[in-house]
Amino acid sequence: MKDKIRIASGQGFWGDLQSIPLQQVTQGPIDYLMMDFLAEVTMSIMQKQKKRNPSAGYAKDLVHIMKDLLPHITEKNIKVITNGGGANPMGCVEDILKCAHKQGIKGLKIGVVTGDDILDSLDDLLKRGAGLDNMESGQKISDVKEKIISANVYFGARPIVEALKKGAQIVITGRTTDTSLTYAPMIHEFKWAWDDWDKLASGVIAGHIIECGGQASGGNFLGNWRAVPDLAHIGFPIAEAYPNGEIVITKHQNTGGVVSIETVSEQLLYEIGDPTSYITPECVADFTTIKLKQLEKDRVKVYGIRGKPATDLYKVSMAYNDGYTAIGSLTYSWPDALEKAQKADEILRTRLSDLGLKFDEIRTEFLGVNACHGPLASKQDEINEVVLRMGVRSKQYYDVEAFAKEIAPLILTGPPGVTGFAGGRPKPNEVIAYWPALIPKRLVKPKVEVVTT
Amino acid sequence: MKKIKLIDIAHGRSGDKGDAANIGIIAYDDEGYEIIKKYLTAERVKEYFEGICHGKVDRYEIPNIRALNFVLHNTLGGGGTVSLMHDAQGKTLASALLRMEIGI
Repeated sequence: MKDKIRIASGQGFWGDLQSIPLQQVTQGPIDYLMMDFLAEVTMSIMQKQKKRNPSAGYAKDLVHIMKDLLPHITEKNIKVITNGGGANPMGCVEDILKCAHKQGIKGLKIGVVTGDDILDSLDDLLKRGAGLDNMESGQKISDVKEKIISANVYFGARPIVEALKKGAQIVITGRTTDTSLTYAPMIHEFKWAWDDWDKLASGVIAGHIIECGGQASGGNFLGNWRAVPDLAHIGFPIAEAYPNGEIVITKHQNTGGVVSIETVSEQLLYEIGDPTSYITPECVADFTTIKLKQLEKDRVKVYGIRGKPATDLYKVSMAYNDGYTAIGSLTYSWPDALEKAQKADEILRTRLSDLGLKFDEIRTEFLGVNACHGPLASKQDEINEVVLRMGVRSKQYYDVEAFAKEIAPLILTGPPGVTGFAGGRPKPNEVIAYWPALIPKRLVKPKVEVVTT
Repeated sequence: MKKIKLIDIAHGRSGDKGDAANIGIIAYDDEGYEIIKKYLTAERVKEYFEGICHGKVDRYEIPNIRALNFVLHNTLGGGGTVSLMHDAQGKTLASALLRMEIGI
């Protein structure tokens, strides 16, 4: 058994810094590279892409990244685990296989995890007691079932571990939890038992710390942000894991950013609810047991973690179409910038009302004045400019489109000192509403295949 | 009564969970943690975010990292792609809370 493994974060979201994966595999020793591509609504966007083109529906970025990585990971035997397969893991693997063939790489094993997509079997699953009511609002699934455009189960580490056991060097998954990409290698390498809750929880927490990439190593750091060195060349976090469940968060030397108790603590709190029960498919982690210790520069030990048994439910992420939005903006300058923007808002609302348009919501914000902190914003006597930002939402496409046509005319028919319409008329966007639910684990099963180049 | 600016004794991070926002506040030292633990109650935070948070506020203590976690329900205009807010993910709400002044 290895005495430690190093799992590096390569992407914190779909669209993250493209240079990082190569940096992680070339600028220092690592054993695994994990890349997280999937936010809550990402699956529905990918599902839509797949509908238009059956070979699409996954993170195209991933194929470009893999093209650059392949020679290095095969030479150094680094394993890559990612959920960038999105709504079409097999399509993603086919494209990676093509890259490998072009580079003359033979014998490379790629694992594919599917089975998370339950869109086509919703009726059957509901008959078998799947439930699927909204776990936050309690709303009944029957209210939205006909409008659902994507439905994916969050699998955990089990299918990834199975692919690694079968010898996969690259594992491409659909919807798996972000954290599982990090702790699956620990379970695989250290042969942790599936009921060793404390160790599993340690792995989960390591995953939570590195899954958002640079947010753990000095990016978006609200503490002493001025003191964070060289963010232009930020190094992404690496979880160094030990068989006893202890973790050290670090990053490659000669990279920018910082790994400190403060940066790790901020990331620990990111998007969490009850810290005593962070629920994952394999265990429930207790964040109130985490101990942190700065060992040396850019090395933070994470230890003492306690976990609790897993539940018998998987989380399901579903999405459905729910109308349209459009957002437009105009910039008003000194003198009386805010007063002019407020007048323009009033004029536009009158015009929308005269046109008989119906909206579920019209929202006005004044960027530079109160968009971020609302009534908590400090009052400024004389601002140089303000951006009037107006958004509408409606079930009717026509009404949203009509709103979009009313923005630009304000330039010639409203208050003076206005500019900033270079982007043109805003386009209506489809609203993709999110529907989180739970499903008994016995009703769904991940599928693991391994293909060889 | 002494006035303390929260931003001088703590930092934090915020994000979204659907239509709810979570705000994690971390004290720089033990003394700071005792202050935020005592004065940053769920009621105080709910009252502070009047006009922004339209639901209840849950508060959790994480003493091991000198932190409090607040979950502000019904805060992000529906969340995700439903929301018309510029900050639909609540990314700037930690800063909003840190501008609070506490009288001790």
